[in-house]
Amino acid sequence: MELTVLGNDSVEKPAEGGCSAGSCGSTDDQVNHLPDHIREKVENHPCYSEKAHHYFARMHVAVAPACNIQCHYCNRKYDCANESRPGVVSELLTPTQAVKKTMAVAANIPQMTVLGIAGPGDPLANPERTFETFRELSEKAPDIKLCVSTNGLALPDAVEELAKHNIDHVTITINCVDPEVGAKIYPWIFWNNRRIKGVKAAKILIEQQQKGLEMLVERGILVKVNSVLIPGVNDEHLKEVSRIVKEKGAFLHNVMPLIAEAEHGTFYGVMGQRGPSNEELSELQDACAGDMNMMRHCRQCRADAVGMLGEDRGEEFTLDKIETMEIDYEEAMVKRAKVHAEIAKTLAADDSDESAPAMAVAPETRPVLMAVATSGSGVINQHFGHAKEFLIYEASPEGVRFIGHRKADQYCIGDDTCGEKESSLTTTIRTLQGCETVLCSKIGYEPWDQLEAAGIQPNGEHAMEPIEEAVAAVYVEMAESGKLEASNEAAAA
Amino acid sequence: MSLSIIESCVNCWACMPVCPSDAIYEAAPHFKIDAAKCTECDGDFAQPQCASICPIEGAILNSLGEEINPPGSLTGIPPEKMEAAMAEIQAR
Repeated sequence: MELTVLGNDSVEKPAEGGCSAGSCGSTDDQVNHLPDHIREKVENHPCYSEKAHHYFARMHVAVAPACNIQCHYCNRKYDCANESRPGVVSELLTPTQAVKKTMAVAANIPQMTVLGIAGPGDPLANPERTFETFRELSEKAPDIKLCVSTNGLALPDAVEELAKHNIDHVTITINCVDPEVGAKIYPWIFWNNRRIKGVKAAKILIEQQQKGLEMLVERGILVKVNSVLIPGVNDEHLKEVSRIVKEKGAFLHNVMPLIAEAEHGTFYGVMGQRGPSNEELSELQDACAGDMNMMRHCRQCRADAVGMLGEDRGEEFTLDKIETMEIDYEEAMVKRAKVHAEIAKTLAADDSDESAPAMAVAPETRPVLMAVATSGSGVINQHFGHAKEFLIYEASPEGVRFIGHRKADQYCIGDDTCGEKESSLTTTIRTLQGCETVLCSKIGYEPWDQLEAAGIQPNGEHAMEPIEEAVAAVYVEMAESGKLEASNEAAAA
Repeated sequence: MSLSIIESCVNCWACMPVCPSDAIYEAAPHFKIDAAKCTECDGDFAQPQCASICPIEGAILNSLGEEINPPGSLTGIPPEKMEAAMAEIQAR
């Protein structure tokens, strides 16, 4: 499948660092299982549809600085350009600046379909700034979808206003449904003019989140639930969270790994709480998947991110730069509509040739994880050393399925002035733990040896081939050479 | 009788809308409290509102110049633990 060339050359850049692969997960796109009326709402939303995220871009505007709760994974003090955590921003915007920035991005990145307000505090703890931004945008740029994400504390009071502004996507971060668990995640909330701590605070927050979820679902507003997986705190508990939010009508559950480093100055970072391993995250996502649609392509972006998921083009749209841009939005909308129609055509064509090839292996062959280096277009076309992230696929007798992405340089691209210095090769190899093969266009001698020593087979034989076909071919080869006998678990251990 | 905001303030805006006396204003390099307007919420609330929502330990002082939210009181991080972590990061 070919990626259609979109727009004109001056604005179109390949999504370097982003996942613009053509077909990751075509055998397991969660959107295909949704009722038509929901599918229509999410098919061009990169955060809600795995397929859409290869084609459509999103942006966040940082208009909401205040927060009404404290989470143990958040520190309100930091703005580091090398960090990509949610809750971190470089430039706080007024609603007027945010509207200007949004229209500038929409005109220059026509595949940007979604504007979200996600912080850096809680959007609904800043209702005036948040809703003024939405109000102006829905008038001036009606072709942009608006969405918001919240911790839920102020959600019930905001539902009417959200409905009024045609916000049809809301994300609630729900890390627990048990106040005892909540007390280990949230040290305090600000509620009814008081700072409340401990189990009592968690109980109020949970009640507000659940009430808000129910109210949104009643009004037909789509709800995605985000949960941060915190090993030893809420890992087992998230299965219950998943079950309950699905029962109440959330359409997608996104379990994200805790990001905690001492240098972030967060409670979890300083206290040495670890994040989950890739395996733990995958296992929990699988365990919850029995209950509902799971999201696996989230890149946990900043509250001022711009571009395709996984890339950040915020630098191109700083306040001083947008100040000099002349935007004719009428003209931009015509171009945007054209670009969106082209993408829709590509997506429809992709849908029609969606038949997972049966694997020519014995049914008891064990599954294998493989990492893929790609810079887009759905083919293996990236040098191992240039990959900023790897797409992870699972091959099994049932076929090839997209599992998620893993960053080669996790969360921080700073040099040795910023935290622990580890050779990036060592980091990357650790990131690929659990994978038995890594497919790339080329690879140097040194990484080849080190990967082999770590039990990961480098493979450059499938350069420029479509990802899923190559993964399937390698899997069949592995099976034929006897590496995947049911009893042979050595490589997986 | 007035509270005050000091330089550790991160300008998060949370305090301004919760002040019953309109005493908090945006200023450089950080938000400030108009001492003539501040009542310490006496008569309005049991606790001063700005200091009840402020996420930064030590950023708001009472009329005696004492920290209303001392180190560790909001994040739950024991101050010695925070110092040790920061010293370790500095040493790298």
